Amino acid sequence: MSGRLREAFARAERESRAALVAYLCAGDPSLALTPRLLVAAAEAGADVLEVGVPFSDPTADGPTIQRASERALAAGATLAGVLDAIRAARAETDVPIVLFGYYNPILRFGEARLASSAKEAGVDGLLVVDLPPEHASPLLEPLTAEGLDLVPLVAPTSPDTRIQRASKVAGSFLYCVSMTGVTGSAGAPLEEAAERAAALRERTGRPVAVGFGVRTAEDVATVAARADGVVVGSAIVRAIEEADGDDAKVEAVRALVAELARGLHRGG
Amino acid sequence: MSTTSAEGMFGRFGGQYVAETLMPALAELGEAYAEARADEAFEARRLALLRDYVGRPTPLYLARRLSEEVGLEVWLKREDLAHTGAHKVNNTIGQVLLAERMGKRRVIAETGAGQHGVATATACALLGLECHVFMGEEDVRRQAPNVQRMELLGAEVVPVRSGSRTLKDAMNEALRDWVTNVATTYYCVGSAAGPHPYPTLVRELQAVIGEEARAQILAQRGALPAAVVACVGGGSNAIGLFSAFLDDADVRLFGVEAAGEGIASGRHAATISARQEGVLHGMRTYVLQDDDGQVQEACSISAGLDYPAVGPEHAHLAETGRATYLAVEDGAALEAFHRLARVEGILPALETAHAFAALGTLAKELARGDTVVLGCSGRGDKDLATVLAASGAR
Repeated sequence: MSGRLREAFARAERESRAALVAYLCAGDPSLALTPRLLVAAAEAGADVLEVGVPFSDPTADGPTIQRASERALAAGATLAGVLDAIRAARAETDVPIVLFGYYNPILRFGEARLASSAKEAGVDGLLVVDLPPEHASPLLEPLTAEGLDLVPLVAPTSPDTRIQRASKVAGSFLYCVSMTGVTGSAGAPLEEAAERAAALRERTGRPVAVGFGVRTAEDVATVAARADGVVVGSAIVRAIEEADGDDAKVEAVRALVAELARGLHRGG
Repeated sequence: MSTTSAEGMFGRFGGQYVAETLMPALAELGEAYAEARADEAFEARRLALLRDYVGRPTPLYLARRLSEEVGLEVWLKREDLAHTGAHKVNNTIGQVLLAERMGKRRVIAETGAGQHGVATATACALLGLECHVFMGEEDVRRQAPNVQRMELLGAEVVPVRSGSRTLKDAMNEALRDWVTNVATTYYCVGSAAGPHPYPTLVRELQAVIGEEARAQILAQRGALPAAVVACVGGGSNAIGLFSAFLDDADVRLFGVEAAGEGIASGRHAATISARQEGVLHGMRTYVLQDDDGQVQEACSISAGLDYPAVGPEHAHLAETGRATYLAVEDGAALEAFHRLARVEGILPALETAHAFAALGTLAKELARGDTVVLGCSGRGDKDLATVLAASGAR
């Protein structure tokens, strides 16, 4: 199990708050800028960095992350390049990093080779959207051998049997999808999702982060009241998209993550 | 012989590589489908519609002049004569009946050339269900007559502007819609592809092609054919035709993929010929991709074969050697289209023309005069503009 991830959730709990998980799509706008964006998010208060690996067919993502993924691929991002960017960021921050992506680029890279390369680059865990626990063992075994976590998803539709299955493959934490939908959707029932996360934590004994449709500091506060972690993705990706020029993008991430982090304290 | 295991694997191909949200929906679908097929009333209604509405059984026709030209005895399984002009309707009648039985009033589908979209819109009109068809913006432009047909049938056609704006992106968007509206929506997949149970479900709904053809050739010839041949995009018409012959070890099975501008050019849709394993649209199969695992655009003159993956059972049949997969370039498919028009008075779909174009290769593999059953999967009216433009350009 990843020590950095476990410690990130433990520290947030000691501080009576939820952990902020900040997502960025690697390679958007360029792999050269990705380390600076990651470090800025960490400095501004992200407890965990979720680094999106761009994929040509991101079926679980809404338009914002689809566009980021397309821009990243057009700019030449590859999985090996993403790992290089993480290695560069790792020299400046100790915040745990989870790769978030789809299975095909991993399969192509090779599961065992990825586990060792990711470990060496400073990655702490992997979340693979289209790899349910049923098919996870070819990846889970090398990850476990390297001390990296697999982060399983639990959906609003998941019955008990599937929650148990997810909990079996989980490392440090579980990812609770707030709604049936794609990333960045509007109108996620966040209070309900936070309740579900609290129940999941009871069931599984592991921290649970809620993601999909969490956009603002108020949303973060709603989720943080009950959940161990809050994931914000599309809102950060949109801030990067809308800011003009590299320095402005870095500052936009810093400002937004700092604002989101203010929503983390319970009863605060 | 079914090659499906409990988890929907065909050897190491297939499976359910989807987001967690859809896993319970796939389980629900598998259970509802098994119950429906075991329900005599459901089956009676499905078979009656196939007979009276679709026009089954479709004929098995001996193409005499074509046979003389190629030196084989070629029998055509005339799916082009089915209602809506292709085999696709066999699948959509079954799936839309299932949607109705599951209480899902909203049906979504992806389409490339528009044939599956038209067949889904047709079945939804027949049963009074709401229909939304996702179609890449590029295909909306290329296949305007089918867009108009779907709209006349009361379906909403949703242009997809992401990625390469073709079939794979339409399927991505359909999956995104399904994950969002999973409680109310039935996803009617058009090929024997996607996550389990779709490859098995679609194969079984298309198996009528092979079952009829096998009985018909036995009745006409008193013997099984030496070979069966069909075109393969996702592979539903081919797997439907093959399925009845899988246990007949002496019957050779040939699938024909689209080689586009040539496999060496990189602009093709011959997924099995390229033999790169991957995971796309919920299944482990062969996928056209680059060295970094990014899925590449398929390329073929035939929009229905323009798909960068293939149904997992075909991947398995290729790997085990039970079926042989050939690839035919755009030019050869066009020539076959023209030849069939003139020697048999049949305008085949450009997809189907690929199977005809492979007859020359089959003639070399088989003995002179051997019997071949060819899946004549669809009619070519939809392709006139493409054929005339391509022929004019030559």
